[in-house]
Amino acid sequence: MYQTNDYEGMIAETVVIPGHKGDPIRAYYARPLGPGPFPAMVLIHHFPGWDEWYREATRKFAHHGYLTISPNLYERMGHGTPEDMGAAARAAGGVPDDQAVGDIAASMNFLRGQAQSNGKVGVFGTCSGGRHAVLAASRAPGFDAVVDCWGGRVVMGDDQLTANWPVAPIDYTADLPCPILGIFGADDRSPTPDQVAQHEAALKEHGKEYDFHMYEGAGHGFFYYDRTAYRQEQAVDGWNKIWAFLEKNLA
Amino acid sequence: MCTMICHSAPISGNGKGREGWFPLLHANVSYDHPFSLPDDHTLNIDFVNGDRGPSARVAVELSVEAARSLVATIQAVLAEAESGGYLDEDEKLAV
Repeated sequence: MYQTNDYEGMIAETVVIPGHKGDPIRAYYARPLGPGPFPAMVLIHHFPGWDEWYREATRKFAHHGYLTISPNLYERMGHGTPEDMGAAARAAGGVPDDQAVGDIAASMNFLRGQAQSNGKVGVFGTCSGGRHAVLAASRAPGFDAVVDCWGGRVVMGDDQLTANWPVAPIDYTADLPCPILGIFGADDRSPTPDQVAQHEAALKEHGKEYDFHMYEGAGHGFFYYDRTAYRQEQAVDGWNKIWAFLEKNLA
Repeated sequence: MCTMICHSAPISGNGKGREGWFPLLHANVSYDHPFSLPDDHTLNIDFVNGDRGPSARVAVELSVEAARSLVATIQAVLAEAESGGYLDEDEKLAV
């Protein structure tokens, strides 16, 4: 924990990185000032979009000492307000998984290539971002830790598979190379507690290191202070668990 | 978003957005997390013109009760227009 007489500085700005297939994509990159070395985090925005909550979360992680990047997974859909882009993504059924994995892997490589990097990179996501975090960590080798916050459709029935999302992330569990922290609400309908249990069972079956937490009295999105879903006590505890997990795995 | 419930209806008409009236091509109707209404899930309608980019959008977010009331009201207005002789032949409901 920082002390009040510590110096703290941060730079936070939009950057452009080569994403999937080399496509230039925007990302919001926040890093602590100083030579480091610092651990790093890729933040994957939720389905509502690359929005203010994710700008704030990116700076939050930088405040906690992480080189942090949040790529715009909706870059190729065009530009508008974050809400316009979220609505466009909603109508399109999200972005293709291959593309998202490519953009997330590119973000990981960007961070690991920074002069201030300690070489360790984790990935965090909420909602569909949690799903993407699980998917990308399993399919793109190199992540050192995964934080899955209420990622729905990690478990998917055959009737839920789409052209954009053709394979359930749980099917890649054997390939997960790093520890995973899961933060879930017991009142959530996607993922349901039953689906979370299925994911946990798969991790156990494949001998993976995991730590799942199911919060009573909370549903989907309970970190979002700007939504009715916000649950103060559960959110504070969830964030504390995230910092402890990352400190242990990205040092 | 998280329910992945979204249907897109091709439509023709005009909508009034930030910069005035513009032609509409689709109504994207979803039941999912709202951006504005303080609720977990709402019935959302985005009247859009994809040819003009993502910002060409007139958005509403409704409670389930409001959405059902809207559906019923639309049907009632169209029925009254038809019985009042205002609809063209090709606009009338097929018997």
